[in-house]
Amino acid sequence: MSQDLLQPDAGGLYCAAGDFWIDPLRPVPRAVITHAHADHARSGAGAYFAAREGLPVLAHRVGASGNFTAVDYAQPFALGQTRVTLFPAGHILGSATVRIESEAGTWGVSGDFKRAPDPTCAGFEPFACDVWLSECTFGLPVYRWPPTAEVIDDILEWWQGCREAGRPAVLFCYALGKAQRVLAELDTRATGPAWLHGAMQPLTEVYRRQGIKMIATRPVSEADKGYRFAGDLVMAPPSAAGSPWMRRFPKHSAGFVSGWMRIRGHRRRRGYDRGFVLSDHADWPALVETAQDMRAGRVITIHGSGEALAGHLRESGLAADCWNLRASLQADRPA
Amino acid sequence: MKTFARLFDRLDRTTATNAKIEALIDYFRSADPGDAAWAVSFLTGRRIKRLVNTRELREWAAAASGLPLWLVEDSYEHVGDLAETLHLLLPPADTGSPAPGLASMVNDHLLALRAADDDQRRRAVLEMWRRLDGSERFLFNKLLTGGFRVGVSKRLVTRALAEVAGVDSSLIAHRLMGRWQPTASFFGGLVAPQSDDDIDPAVPYPFFLAAPLEDEPETLGEPGAWQAEWKWDGIRAQLIRRAGQTYVWSRGEELMNGRFPEIEAAAEQLPDGCVLDGEIMAWRADKPLPFALLQRRIGRKKPGPKTLADAPVAFLAYDCLESDGQDIRTQPLAMRLRQLDLALAAAPDLRRSGAIDFQDWAELPALRASARERGVEGLMLKHLDSPYRVGRKRGDWWKWKVEPYTFDGVLIYAQPGHGRRSGLFTDYTFAVHDGEALVPVAKAYSGLSQAEIDRLDRWIRSHTRERFGPVRSVEPVHVFELAFEGIAASRRHKSGIALRFPRIHRWREDLSVADADSLADLQRLLEHEPA
Repeated sequence: MSQDLLQPDAGGLYCAAGDFWIDPLRPVPRAVITHAHADHARSGAGAYFAAREGLPVLAHRVGASGNFTAVDYAQPFALGQTRVTLFPAGHILGSATVRIESEAGTWGVSGDFKRAPDPTCAGFEPFACDVWLSECTFGLPVYRWPPTAEVIDDILEWWQGCREAGRPAVLFCYALGKAQRVLAELDTRATGPAWLHGAMQPLTEVYRRQGIKMIATRPVSEADKGYRFAGDLVMAPPSAAGSPWMRRFPKHSAGFVSGWMRIRGHRRRRGYDRGFVLSDHADWPALVETAQDMRAGRVITIHGSGEALAGHLRESGLAADCWNLRASLQADRPA
Repeated sequence: MKTFARLFDRLDRTTATNAKIEALIDYFRSADPGDAAWAVSFLTGRRIKRLVNTRELREWAAAASGLPLWLVEDSYEHVGDLAETLHLLLPPADTGSPAPGLASMVNDHLLALRAADDDQRRRAVLEMWRRLDGSERFLFNKLLTGGFRVGVSKRLVTRALAEVAGVDSSLIAHRLMGRWQPTASFFGGLVAPQSDDDIDPAVPYPFFLAAPLEDEPETLGEPGAWQAEWKWDGIRAQLIRRAGQTYVWSRGEELMNGRFPEIEAAAEQLPDGCVLDGEIMAWRADKPLPFALLQRRIGRKKPGPKTLADAPVAFLAYDCLESDGQDIRTQPLAMRLRQLDLALAAAPDLRRSGAIDFQDWAELPALRASARERGVEGLMLKHLDSPYRVGRKRGDWWKWKVEPYTFDGVLIYAQPGHGRRSGLFTDYTFAVHDGEALVPVAKAYSGLSQAEIDRLDRWIRSHTRERFGPVRSVEPVHVFELAFEGIAASRRHKSGIALRFPRIHRWREDLSVADADSLADLQRLLEHEPA
């Protein structure tokens, strides 16, 4: 292979044979978007290609006036000299992995993905490829997720404890994806309403309109003035921690739902009382297993600390290296 | 181990002081006294000597988890806590055989490792790793590796024990002083009601610590009610003369007998039943010597004649806590000082740290500014009516230290921190100009806000030049103002100087590397230090 099919560019990946970018962070003519998180989807692209289920959220994030093309999972379409297919990534609603078939072989690209089941989105589907570009957010063997049901048990037990103590239970998590996954997991196991921070409200509505079943929710802004949320569950994005908004929840207990909570120090330095280890990313065993499932001879780690995973895969006989997509943003900045 | 792990979980799952105290009280009330004694020992910061070296632990964990050693090392660098890293890497336990209680775990399993050969130790540790899971395994690793910081201060433990015993927390603090063995009977005595003779003659009183004065001294009110003293740059110590014996305790509760024979000899003249608070100083002919000389004495358990001659020491007494066998800590300072003078009249070889004469607060700033040339750290301000309290209590005793030295240094190396800073680059090395080169002069860990740490961490990750294990060299771009307390010539450092207690004052984003200070600037400060 003299020239790789994909090159890091514009903070994402550029495919010259198809003349399109995957998850670029700067405006480009044609972008294939794996999912709507801000480190993958930005406004300003000339045209967007994304999974049909992911378009409503994407439009909410990058603006409804964009030029969107809805793509069905597993339905190939042509871009330039290549044939592109999106598959479910299991990360959030409408998230996708990208298969690119070309004369230079078949490449698979993950945005973010996970293998654990998630009631809000279709599960990850492996496909065969020659080169697999794998995200690597949690690319160390210390990251191993407990079963989701156990984590939900822990959250319910904590909420129950807060109820008995008459304290608000404030649960921090990312506003897109994680919040809705938790609300969906709680749907059959608890009675609401759960209160939502303003940043979560519209996204949760988008999910509901797409038929995702979640526990009843109400925006915090609708609560009566002076209401103290004693024993209630309140969901908020991490950016709300330590903000004046938190004064509405006197004596609250603070929990954070994230894969990072696997490490005690990460929780303690943010001052959360409780950390719940639930991630929308693959853990270490899933990263290794997926690299095998894709049957690729070469793996390139992207998005995160990929050196350890690449080293480990090399020792197991694969060709593997680590690409830093962010660096491609700096390279063409004027010196 | 199970109840102790449950206590740990409760402590770890809250940031509220009251919830922590409540958890401790519940534990001390219900736990087996033998287990509780060890819990007190660990939670108050005592540790058992390391039983297994960490290299072996990493290798065993690598084998047990089927990972190459380098991946264990990378994981450790990321997590920043070896006990936790090993716990996270090991496969889930075979549940079934319950863990022993804490006392049995320490006595029968951990301390037993000391007598075991390499293979026995390996098998014993692997066996425990298979048996334990969750917090139990994490705590087992913590005990194995020695360190034990779980977000509980000695003060909190003391308050909880006082509640359980129904006595004042200063009595618990006193009972926790000195040397003791963590046994069921010790714990029984710890939580027993007050009695006349529960304190051993060797046991020191808890130290009263001054708080830093942040406002001007004028805010303290009438100057006549206050005594000013020099703040000595030595080792805070308590000198006990009871039942014909002398005991010298450091503030770190280390018995220092044997290290300072000249002080012990001088103390023999003290009346019996006498306890003094003061400072051990390197001292010659009415003058303090630099702290560096005292450091030579600290490490020597039995100093020889040459050390005694090169680095002579003196005890400077400034308070009297016990006189004629009576605890006089509740008496006002002025009264205690009278008892101090009586005691010292009998022991002329001990020195008195005297009061500084002043009429008006306005005289103090100049005195404080003279601290450095006098070889002291600044001033102490003590209310003449103050009792001798326990621990750091604001209001009666203040320390007013001289302004630190500062310099502007360039960040050249960074290394991940530990504990709550794990996974973040928070241990920094700073350099100054030396001709064309940058020469490292200080390491610093503290002084930046969390937001600054986060920002600098991201910058370090994307501007790494080289890696040496966990250490990264970065492009020399960022300049920081660093503060430090003192400077000494050093043959062990490449720069030829050693700084005391360097810390970051602020991030000087307004300065470029060319604006940073030079080694010559720092060397000039050497002349200001007492020779």
